[in-house]
Amino acid sequence: MAVLEILTYPDVRLERIAQPVERFDDALRAFIVDLEETMRAGPGGVGIAAPQVGRAERIVIVDVSSKPKIKHHGRLVLVNPEITHWEGFVVGREGCMSVPDYTGNVIRAERITLEAFDELGSALHYEFEGYEARAVQHEIDHLDGLLFLDRLVSRRNDLFRRKVYQKA
Amino acid sequence: MNRLTNHWFMLTVVGKDRPGIVARVTAALYEGGCNLGEASMTRLGGNFTVMLMVQHDGDTASLTRLVATVTESLGLKLHVDKIAGDLYHHQEPDVRIAVFGADRAGIVAQVTGVLAEAGLDILDLQSNVAGSVDKPIYIMQIEGRALEGIPALESAVAVLDGKGIQVHLEPIDIMIG
Repeated sequence: MAVLEILTYPDVRLERIAQPVERFDDALRAFIVDLEETMRAGPGGVGIAAPQVGRAERIVIVDVSSKPKIKHHGRLVLVNPEITHWEGFVVGREGCMSVPDYTGNVIRAERITLEAFDELGSALHYEFEGYEARAVQHEIDHLDGLLFLDRLVSRRNDLFRRKVYQKA
Repeated sequence: MNRLTNHWFMLTVVGKDRPGIVARVTAALYEGGCNLGEASMTRLGGNFTVMLMVQHDGDTASLTRLVATVTESLGLKLHVDKIAGDLYHHQEPDVRIAVFGADRAGIVAQVTGVLAEAGLDILDLQSNVAGSVDKPIYIMQIEGRALEGIPALESAVAVLDGKGIQVHLEPIDIMIG
């Protein structure tokens, strides 16, 4: 097990489009153990994506179970995740281990439906809402080379914006 | 220029709004060898306003000289103060407060007064007067830290019930990913 180095903006490796995982083998699972340890080593981190540690593969981990009073699915390893449905929108505050000392408001879908695989290659289907849906969308953005900085909205004006959420 | 050196100034400019102010003021600063820090620039009731952190190797007089020609030609008032350049230490808000009501004198003092007593540290406050001349409404958004918890703030604003002011508190739960 190891805590991996987290890349920080403006490292260009954060902008790469991550490739789908093709082999669900022991090497993948060993990497996921390290990735999770890296997430848990960061203060307050509830998610991490493989590109944040320089691995351009479509792997994310999300675990928002430490937050009180929210709906969640516990610890999630999502390999090759695909959001298949977006609904509603909500403004929320996000920060990122790859963007130290700054948080900003971002509009995300309130509810999403997601298809993915676990670390053994079994198919998964989830419906997420609220804070957990936000975390999943934030991490999947990393797989497409996007940071929350790419989606910042104005505090002054966008709290009231009526806008249909669209993927970039 | 190292942003951690101590030659920081707060430059404030106020005056009638027109296109091109930001470009001309910041060009004068850039050409004078200055470096910019955090800034808040906005239009308030037809006036352009800016608070701008500027890193400059000279003193307040030399920085004033650098931009005075531009601000005078644009009819803007300029003010420069020496400050501490405390970058990279952001304080994160944990509560967002939206306030609105029929506009009348005293709303800000009344609302922020009870919130301060209940432990609110304001990090950002913005307000607008909207509606129409005969029926103005006042809208305020605050982000801050609830030093004694959000329930303390909620109890505090309850005293405003029935005084024609709506106050909505919402926790800001920062998602770090």
